[in-house]
Amino acid sequence: MSIDIRNVRKTFGDFIALENINLDIASGELLALLGPSGCGKTTLLRIIAGLETPDSGQILFHGEDATDRHVSERQVGFVFQHYALFRHMTVFDNVAFGLSVRPRRSRPSKEEIRERVMKLLKLVQLDWLADAYPAQLSGGQRQRIALARSLAVEPRVLLLDEPFGALDAKVRKDLRRWLRRLHDEMHITSVFVTHDQEEALEVSDRVVVMNHGRIEQAGRPDEIYETPATPFVTQFLGDVNLFHGRVDAGQVAIGDYAHPIADASATDGAAKVYVRPHDIELSREPGAALASGTIEHIHAVGPIVRVELKRDDSDAYIDAALTKEQYQSLRLMLGDQVYIRPRKVAVFVDEGAHI
Amino acid sequence: MALATNQTERTAATTESVVVRYVLTGFALVFLTLFLFVPLVSVFWEALAKGWDLYLAALTDPEAVNAIKLTLITALIAVPLNLVFGVAAAWAIARFEFRGKALLTTLIDLPFSISPVVAGLIYVLLFGAQGWLGPWLAEHDIKIIFAIPGIVLATVFVTFPFVARELIPLMQAQGADEEQAALVLGASGWQTFWRVTLPNIKWGLLYGVILCNARAMGEFGAVSVVSGHIRGQTNTVPLHVEILYNEYNFIGAFACASLLAGLALVTLALKTFVEWRATQQHKGDAVPLEARARLASAH
Repeated sequence: MSIDIRNVRKTFGDFIALENINLDIASGELLALLGPSGCGKTTLLRIIAGLETPDSGQILFHGEDATDRHVSERQVGFVFQHYALFRHMTVFDNVAFGLSVRPRRSRPSKEEIRERVMKLLKLVQLDWLADAYPAQLSGGQRQRIALARSLAVEPRVLLLDEPFGALDAKVRKDLRRWLRRLHDEMHITSVFVTHDQEEALEVSDRVVVMNHGRIEQAGRPDEIYETPATPFVTQFLGDVNLFHGRVDAGQVAIGDYAHPIADASATDGAAKVYVRPHDIELSREPGAALASGTIEHIHAVGPIVRVELKRDDSDAYIDAALTKEQYQSLRLMLGDQVYIRPRKVAVFVDEGAHI
Repeated sequence: MALATNQTERTAATTESVVVRYVLTGFALVFLTLFLFVPLVSVFWEALAKGWDLYLAALTDPEAVNAIKLTLITALIAVPLNLVFGVAAAWAIARFEFRGKALLTTLIDLPFSISPVVAGLIYVLLFGAQGWLGPWLAEHDIKIIFAIPGIVLATVFVTFPFVARELIPLMQAQGADEEQAALVLGASGWQTFWRVTLPNIKWGLLYGVILCNARAMGEFGAVSVVSGHIRGQTNTVPLHVEILYNEYNFIGAFACASLLAGLALVTLALKTFVEWRATQQHKGDAVPLEARARLASAH
């Protein structure tokens, strides 16, 4: 079921939580709302669910206006960050809850409920815990039960509020993959909120980056990463080095260094230039370099080697990332002076538009 | 279990020295003995001073029986009323934001800060013969002051805060997540309250009800002002104790007082039981299944 969000605005007193949000979510899509704390992503999710009402704007489910529909009538599934399992009920009763509160006419029989619940518990591989209480489960198990509970009522939309935020790294990775596989099987339109960009980029079909109550960019994970639309998105996704330069006649100049820009008709002016650590090439040859620096720190654990340099002409630091092979062939050591050339840059003229 | 033996032998850096511990504990025990234990024991002592027969005769005296009945009726009305008020007030305060919320919270604590005598006086000024509603009530031949309704009202007033004060912090600490989850799953407001909220607050609720009942049965000041002390009609047990004592009927007075003292002991026992059950639940919850299995197989 598709979701259309039209001109949604939400304030809490003087604080503007959401401003002019317009978003179309396709049926069966797995969408991530990504952004720092306070950007409005959770508020937007709760507005879709019906747990908050927007000050103005509309939410449409499959073309029908659902803005005034009560949360209990929206047929959405919601997974809370801290699970919100009913602590006084067994796992079985938790998962069966949505079915057991249906009005008598539409309520399935006890046997049917039992069958559905056990099927869901098997799906999340926790059928052996049916008689346990939530307090006896680990965090990852609780989250899977919370998911099973929300799926029991066959929702048309699944909403997850930082579902893996309260779990440790290994469990988070496992559950991430598990959620993706589940989505591939069930094809429910799903929206999840996260501040972890790795999670958003790895799991979702599309990512919506938000900041200060506005949508900065919406697109496929690779699009967002390779061609960020605003400085905020560039800085938010992954590490990045910032340089200041000027755009002039189809090139951006940073000091003596000039780098060609794809869009030759770009407006001239002062600009911010972003380069990702893995797009920085280090060498010992001084010619046509962006900058030079002295190596202050080398972090050589794992497949990527992180090199931290202090610029010779200022006190700024530059982060570079090399593969193990590149690092070994250059034979870099602490204190070496190296020269930097960028392979790829993202340039934003100071009015903000990406070139 | 092999785990526990060594722990008791080590003194942690955060406990006081033995001397300090004994002095403080001794102090507390002396205080409790003087101000709680001795009076409690003396009530029973005096009541049975002239033997078991006189004790029973005092308790089966028609006026005493009437007082007991009135106390029970009052509690039977006041406690359920305050149960409903308390839950509603706690629900409103813990789950909603609205204008006047701070005022409501303050009003709930009002009966605690007013002297009980003043509380009783409020009702006399409102419903008494010279009160605001006095003439209207006289016209319709409704008696509130110096009759049972007045006693019940005064008791409801002074016992109002107990349930609410117990539930508000409990519900605030538990948060609204579970209730929101129930709503999203399609439960109605009533279903959410009955199946999710109530089980979560049941021990706090029981605790509040026990305290409310103890106060309802033992209230003196407010009831004294509104009751009129009509023997055999508008005397609760505390009032009856006062009357008997003023007539130098010490056996009678202490016999009725022993009922109240007995109630205090029962209340204390119930409170302790409820607290124990509440912590039992939490303790049992904290050990995860795998650890339990490991512990079990370790023996």
